[in-house]
Amino acid sequence: MNLALKDIRHGLFRFVLTCFGLGLLMTVVLAMIGIYNGLVSDALAVVKAPAADVWVVEAGTKGPFAEASSIPADTRDAVARMPGVAEAGAVNYQNVEAAHTGQTLRLYVIGYEPGRPGGPQAIAEGRGIGAGHFELVADRKTGLLPGETIRLGRDRFTVVGLVEGAMNSGGDPAVYVTLADAMALQTELDPAAQRVQTARGAVSVKSASVATIIARMSPGADVDLLTATVRQWKHLAAMTQVEQEELLLASVVDKARRQIGLFLGILLSVSAVVIALIIYTMTMEKLKQIATLKLIGAPDRAIVALIVQQALILGAAGWGIGLMLILTVKDYFPRRVVLEPFNVMVLAGIIAAVCLLSSALGVRAAMKVDPATALGS
Amino acid sequence: MALGDILIEVSNVAKHFGEGETRVDALRAVDLTVRAGEVIALLGPSGSGKTTLLNIIGCILAPSGGRVVLDGEPVFDGKWLRRDLRRLRLDKIGFIFQSHNLLPFLTAQENVAVVLDLAGRPTEEGRARARELLDYLEVGHRAMVKPALLSGGEAQRVAIARALANRPRIILADEPTAALDGARAGLVMDLMRKLAVEQEACIVTVTHDEKIFDRFDRLIYLRDGRLADA
Ligand SMILES: Nc1ncnc2c1ncn2[C@@H]1O[C@H](COP(=O)(O)OP(=O)(O)O)[C@@H](O)[C@H]1O
Ligand SMILES: [Mg+2]
Repeated sequence: MNLALKDIRHGLFRFVLTCFGLGLLMTVVLAMIGIYNGLVSDALAVVKAPAADVWVVEAGTKGPFAEASSIPADTRDAVARMPGVAEAGAVNYQNVEAAHTGQTLRLYVIGYEPGRPGGPQAIAEGRGIGAGHFELVADRKTGLLPGETIRLGRDRFTVVGLVEGAMNSGGDPAVYVTLADAMALQTELDPAAQRVQTARGAVSVKSASVATIIARMSPGADVDLLTATVRQWKHLAAMTQVEQEELLLASVVDKARRQIGLFLGILLSVSAVVIALIIYTMTMEKLKQIATLKLIGAPDRAIVALIVQQALILGAAGWGIGLMLILTVKDYFPRRVVLEPFNVMVLAGIIAAVCLLSSALGVRAAMKVDPATALGS
Repeated sequence: MALGDILIEVSNVAKHFGEGETRVDALRAVDLTVRAGEVIALLGPSGSGKTTLLNIIGCILAPSGGRVVLDGEPVFDGKWLRRDLRRLRLDKIGFIFQSHNLLPFLTAQENVAVVLDLAGRPTEEGRARARELLDYLEVGHRAMVKPALLSGGEAQRVAIARALANRPRIILADEPTAALDGARAGLVMDLMRKLAVEQEACIVTVTHDEKIFDRFDRLIYLRDGRLADA
């Protein structure tokens, strides 16, 4: 006869309600973990997308994400000729606001040279950018559809394909255009004064510059040799892919990450206290019944089992409900919510530990209760 | 009937609560012997020590001094002689409380069977024994009902069935018929006596209920913590 289950069934409505409440709390905890993971993985998406080995940027900057970087576009030829480089591509990044179907879209425009590193890895729908002008491949989250057109700067671009998971570290969805189009767009969006200069015929240095050169190495080539070579050019700096990822996490998303991390810590502490309170109260309400059990001769083992089993059932139910709810709603979040099985299991471990600890409090009270209190004369 | 083994032997037992100015002497040098098959009543005014004596016999309360032997086994002699008093209760003692104290989350039948379950006996045996006792006490038709839905009399009979489930040789009852009307109270006492005889047990009952005095073999009076003559 399982006393824990019988007692739960006796007060089923209340128990289910408690589990549900705990489940909601767990949903928030899981959402926060997911948002944290999403933030990190989104931030890295833009760095990981081109599958680069080395990033060549302006000397003295931590470009192109942590700081602005501007290097001459023809640097690409020089980098392509360096030892160990298999391919190199010039890339340009800029934030653009564009009107589309009555709404303002914030887009992260990535300009790359088709056929060279820097473009999207996989097209989800439609095709990649061809040879023509004013074509655009958009992330699905922009809401743009293949065949639609959108005005960027002075030109109207046609959406020819869709990709997924392309965005900047702020979560703005990306669109890919050719480097030439991107550079034209950049000139158009330059401050008015500079446009006047350009119109007068003054050669703008900026107009021929790009943010970074992405290099892929031949198999077995020495990355360190390449970065050393690049650094001999006084106006250039080089970072390996790993350095670029670490830099992005450390500089760009570090505060947001710590913010969410701290909030998650508080949330977990609150959850722990709530779980402890529920379980302790549950036991306290049963003290008279526990005294009766002692009076009729129940061994400690039976009483401990009653308390611990209920605590674990409560914890497991709360965890399960939380997991179900977050899996149901996670795709409705404006930014990505990424849950790894590992996180979910760690949360299960934490909940189990909290449940066991708080049932220990209950067990202590239960062990102290005098069987005579059951007589209640 | 022929009297059986000595089941309860209380010698020179005293119990006081508190010390100094607040000291209350609930029992002073009480001697009591009860044999198998005996049904006795503990009588006395409120505060005379009846409940205290019952709790000492039930090993819920440690005496301040004296000696207690239950079913031939010395259990208290200046201190407890057994560590697992609960196991002793489970094996030898059945309690019937003033308020029935059934577990609210178990059905009538489960409330009885749980005693055997706790003693590690097979589920089937517990169920069968519970049915048998509940039928015997004429509450078999309420076996699947939870205590909240039982009448006072039904609940008390279920509690009696629970006290008897493990075939204890010592049955202790604190005003078991307080919640019952006269006819039912008599019936319950008759049933308890019948079971006591069949199981070679003894019954010690605290009661104020004059209607059932004639159903006891012996009436023991307590006054101010001492045994008194009637
Ligand atoms: N736990 C206790 N603490 C202090 N005094 C107690 C306690 N239990 C009983 N007493 C006192 O002991 C005396 C006997 O109590 P009790 O055995 O309950 O009497 P009865 O059951 O005959 O009414 C009373 O004066 C009562 O106040
Ligand atoms: Mg009393």
